[in-house]
Amino acid sequence: MAQTTGVGVAGSDAGTESAHSPIVRKPRSPWARRFERYLPILLLLPSILAMGIFVYGFIAWTGWVSVSNWTTFVRDLSFGGFDALFSDFRFLSGLRNVIVFTVLFVGASVVIGLSLAMLLDRDPWGAPIWRNLFLFPLAISFVVTGVVWQWLFNPRAGINLVLDRLGTETLPMWYVSTEIIPGWRWGQIDVAIPVALVAVVIAAVWQMSGFAMAIYLAGLQGVSDDLREAARVDGASEGQIYRRVILPMLLPMTITIVIVLGHISLKTFDLIYVMTGPGTGYVTDVPAVYMYESTFRANQFARGAAISVVLLVLVVALMAPAVWARNRTEEAASE
Amino acid sequence: MNRALRRAPLYTALVLVALFALLPMYIMVITSFKPPAEALISRMWELPSSLSFSAWERGFAILRPYLINSFALAIPATLLSSLVGSINGYIFAMWRFKGSEIVFNALLLGMFIPYQIVLIPLVQTLNTIGLFNTIPGLVLTHVIYGIPITTLIFRNFYARIPMEIIEASQIDGAGLLGTYRRVALPLSLPGFVVVGIWQFTQIWNEFLWAVTITSAGQRPVMVALQNISGSQIVEFDLQMAAALQAALPTLIIYVLLGRYFVRGLLAGAVKG
Repeated sequence: MAQTTGVGVAGSDAGTESAHSPIVRKPRSPWARRFERYLPILLLLPSILAMGIFVYGFIAWTGWVSVSNWTTFVRDLSFGGFDALFSDFRFLSGLRNVIVFTVLFVGASVVIGLSLAMLLDRDPWGAPIWRNLFLFPLAISFVVTGVVWQWLFNPRAGINLVLDRLGTETLPMWYVSTEIIPGWRWGQIDVAIPVALVAVVIAAVWQMSGFAMAIYLAGLQGVSDDLREAARVDGASEGQIYRRVILPMLLPMTITIVIVLGHISLKTFDLIYVMTGPGTGYVTDVPAVYMYESTFRANQFARGAAISVVLLVLVVALMAPAVWARNRTEEAASE
Repeated sequence: MNRALRRAPLYTALVLVALFALLPMYIMVITSFKPPAEALISRMWELPSSLSFSAWERGFAILRPYLINSFALAIPATLLSSLVGSINGYIFAMWRFKGSEIVFNALLLGMFIPYQIVLIPLVQTLNTIGLFNTIPGLVLTHVIYGIPITTLIFRNFYARIPMEIIEASQIDGAGLLGTYRRVALPLSLPGFVVVGIWQFTQIWNEFLWAVTITSAGQRPVMVALQNISGSQIVEFDLQMAAALQAALPTLIIYVLLGRYFVRGLLAGAVKG
């Protein structure tokens, strides 16, 4: 509301002035005109330079460090750091963990977010209250989330007290568990699901699934009532309307959620660092934690840089196809 | 079957999810108000028999300097990055030039990099310019890496202002800066609120920069909280009180201005 009145006032303001302007306007020198022409770029220059240096320059710098063999004093160029990484048990465990974590976390967030959006789309009493309730964890730090859930999943406290009261025979060990649901063997590590990660996934879903809900709700608002009505007239059941009409229209939202939550998940650091740390046998380690400890605890700069290069590659590998798919669905939608 | 009964599963599902969402809040709040004798993990779910501020006082005594650090970080960083984003967004929305879309997209990509990839050069650079382990160093970092998101939100915001207003101002003889000051800026309050709330929340909650760039007395509150929770000797009730205190500023903002927070959330995710 405030915005529209603001526009109106400014518009009429500009309108009255423009009636006099041809008389008031000063002639401009060619130099001043040229300055005006380059002014947009000039004003953007600090930001362009900052991003050029602090993003693109620094990526190149890290790339160089990753092949520099730089520990403390000795530097020489080699890709040995990467070779070592891919035969490093801790790194491979972390890589497996972060991929398992990402699949579980993003998958669960998409399912829960979509379910919540569909519930709220049925227009329950107090819809805004429910929505705000499901969204508030997004305003909280991963550090706070980690501290609290660490206690909730403490095997001697929290959830287990409830399960014990309910008469559960064998209480889960949550993030302390060293069990790994068997998969297949790949070199040194099991490509499988460490049970300890489930607790971290639940905490992350608690924090972020509201994001998926918000995106889906925005998407559902875009599905017009006319369209639903038309489908209903055509004899489609409510279930069919969801499956055939609404879900396909929500595909771009799903891609957006996968991009945003996926890249948050791949670089995840604070939640793991606070809640569990690397864990026994690295069952909850992730590359970002290993990167931090290598670089700032062990002065293994080349290894830290190499891990972060792998992280960047992971994020690009996730985003490139997702962005491509989104552009395609957007093109399809605009045709 | 009547309507209320038919909708019972809907409300059951909503209540169950709401309980899950409130679970950590419940534990934090009840524990932080327990008398120390009752703050045992074996009695974690029990309500306090009497109200006690002991944990709040002990928590605040530890966190106070770090809360101050966090405000000294988040307030200037939010103001500066909002200002930078506003000018950038205004130019990208209204003063497009040849190649401006490419520049815009190149800036935007900075939002999606895993920050680990810039961490080592960043620490070295801050060290060289004497800003390592300082709050201004953290402010600078947040302003720089906030450029993509603040620019994006403001660009989408200004894109909704009708071009005719800008053109009218130009016919008046106002240049880029005059139009910004006289037309764009007065309309920008909702944009500043959205970006300001978003940036404040992100900066307040951030951990990776904070833990790598600062140490000891310069630390923001989230690093201090992590230290408390990592320590075996710190009591459970104090941890919960400290966690609640660290979360409180952004929670209060969310309760008061949640609408704008959600707008930032959506603006950041949906490319305009």
